[in-house]
Amino acid sequence: MSVKSASGNPLSILKRHLRAACAATALLLGAGSLAEAADLNALIWCDHSDPALLQPFEEANNVKVNVKEFEGTGAGLAIVEQSQPGDWDVMVIDSIDVPRGVEKGLFEPLPEDKLPFADLFPQVKMDGSTVVGGKRYGITEKFGYNTIGFNKTKVDPADMQSLASLTSDKYKGKVAIYDYYLPVIGMAALAIGKKTSELTEADLPALKEELLKMKANAKLVGEVTASQTALATGEVDILVGGGEWVTAGLAKENPALDFSIPKEGAVLWSQSLAMFKDSKNKDLALKFIQYIMSPEGQARLATSSCYWGMPANTKAALTDDQKKVLRFDEQPGFLARAQAYPAPNADLDKKMQDMWTEMLQAK
Amino acid sequence: MSSTGNGGRALPWALVTPALGWTLLFFVLPFIAMGFSSLTAHEGGGFTLTNYSQFFTNPSYWQAMVNSLEVTAIVTLVSVLLAYPFAWILAEQVPERWQRLALMLAVLPFWTSYVVRSYSWLLVLAQNGVINRALTGSGLITEPLQLANTRLATVTGFVHFFVMLLTLTIFANLKQLSPSYRKAAADLGAGPVRTFLHVVLPLTLPGIMVGAFLTFVLCIGDYITPQILGGNNELLMPQLVMMQIGRRGDFPLASALSIILMAVVTVAYLACARWLKIERA
Repeated sequence: MSVKSASGNPLSILKRHLRAACAATALLLGAGSLAEAADLNALIWCDHSDPALLQPFEEANNVKVNVKEFEGTGAGLAIVEQSQPGDWDVMVIDSIDVPRGVEKGLFEPLPEDKLPFADLFPQVKMDGSTVVGGKRYGITEKFGYNTIGFNKTKVDPADMQSLASLTSDKYKGKVAIYDYYLPVIGMAALAIGKKTSELTEADLPALKEELLKMKANAKLVGEVTASQTALATGEVDILVGGGEWVTAGLAKENPALDFSIPKEGAVLWSQSLAMFKDSKNKDLALKFIQYIMSPEGQARLATSSCYWGMPANTKAALTDDQKKVLRFDEQPGFLARAQAYPAPNADLDKKMQDMWTEMLQAK
Repeated sequence: MSSTGNGGRALPWALVTPALGWTLLFFVLPFIAMGFSSLTAHEGGGFTLTNYSQFFTNPSYWQAMVNSLEVTAIVTLVSVLLAYPFAWILAEQVPERWQRLALMLAVLPFWTSYVVRSYSWLLVLAQNGVINRALTGSGLITEPLQLANTRLATVTGFVHFFVMLLTLTIFANLKQLSPSYRKAAADLGAGPVRTFLHVVLPLTLPGIMVGAFLTFVLCIGDYITPQILGGNNELLMPQLVMMQIGRRGDFPLASALSIILMAVVTVAYLACARWLKIERA
């Protein structure tokens, strides 16, 4: 929609040409030899770059998977916009952002009969986001919770069953906040008794107050590595917004790390796989998605060296130890208390990000 | 005669063309693209000044610039104060045969990845880090100090890197200084302190200013060190720029903020150049 409306604007035309001129360089630097038709070009998050995940697919199909990592849907969509149609075959994207890609006309509907939808945890299919206009454009491959990660030897695990503990004086200076505004705003919403799916502009003052209380208790606000490091090194004892993706990967080195789904709930994160409409290798792209969604692919993806997370497929071929770390058996209870990421429109999204900026600047 | 004249005029252009081409391709064109981007609306395109007005009307954005300038000023000042004596010792006190080794040691920090170095400082400054363990272990303090995830940590990380950069520029300036100036000052009755204040320091100011400007530019545009060591407890401009790109992909606003940052750097350069009267050189 936005692409169409901008098409006649001279500034937009110039911008597109400049972007196109930069695209070749970016692709050469980022994705390697894209020229070979047999290759599969995947725009991914870091968990998909694990050789343990990719090699079995490459060997079985005698193909090379070229990957380019990105962080954040905006950055990913910008890469696509700067590429030529057909440069990319598949993309990993936040499930709530699938409609953004569909709106831009990027994605191909997925053949539901050729993918194991029946094996997925029902709550993570995210039909509200992955189905647009009656067609499914994304399949959830991995999920988890933005919740409370903690060191159970340093805090009272009973306290971690309530979001109120995050703003309690008892843990002042012992808290880190994960630096991504949407899930933490979602947690703030849960703390004040709001549903993440019903947030409006009118809720922003109350959310801001809650965020400022969290900030007052926090030692740092860090991205994935920084917040994980802070928890692992004992710099903090609690991570707001951190879940199994923080503690599971460190479980062997530090079994004291754990996560809870408090009584107020947690925010469900979910990532999907989508296929590009202009892909030149749609059969191969579908094979890749089928592989990732297979029990073996799901187990490898869930335990990727970059970060662990729950596989969407209930039949994932995880070992008992891996299931224990991921707390596989407790998922029905967790999912019952989880709410989806807030999915604001562009205007509210901007206001939420500005509120987050204000929180970061607060002393 | 005339062909020689033409050749004489063409040669300098031929020599300078690769540099001009490089600047055009990797600075001017991207800058123009960024300028156009900063004047378009994020949703739907179209000309707008909203991206710039946001900076001046949103106190959080403005605060990010204030934070950046404060941190950069502190880092530059501390780096100069540390680098000058270091460069002076290197140039004046270390024997010539050891200077090469000393210089190599001075540039060693440049061989280490920026990210690794910042994380190393995090481990040094953390609650369970080297400093806090030493202080608590020796009984000097009972509770660990909050060193990491502070402005102090950001400044420390920056100074570690830039003090060596400044040392090299000041060292080069000191080595170029003819000993006859100091001899002349001594002949005229000036003591070491007076010679330093009235002869050596003024003559090495260009080296200090060039190093300080480089420090300013690199520091104000750096994203990694404040992100890792500052703990996001205050936002600097590069972090604010990155925030616009991550999820929302708001390149127009990110471009506007980058251009504002660049304008500040340009003002700093003009101030430097005017002060040193570089244009007359």
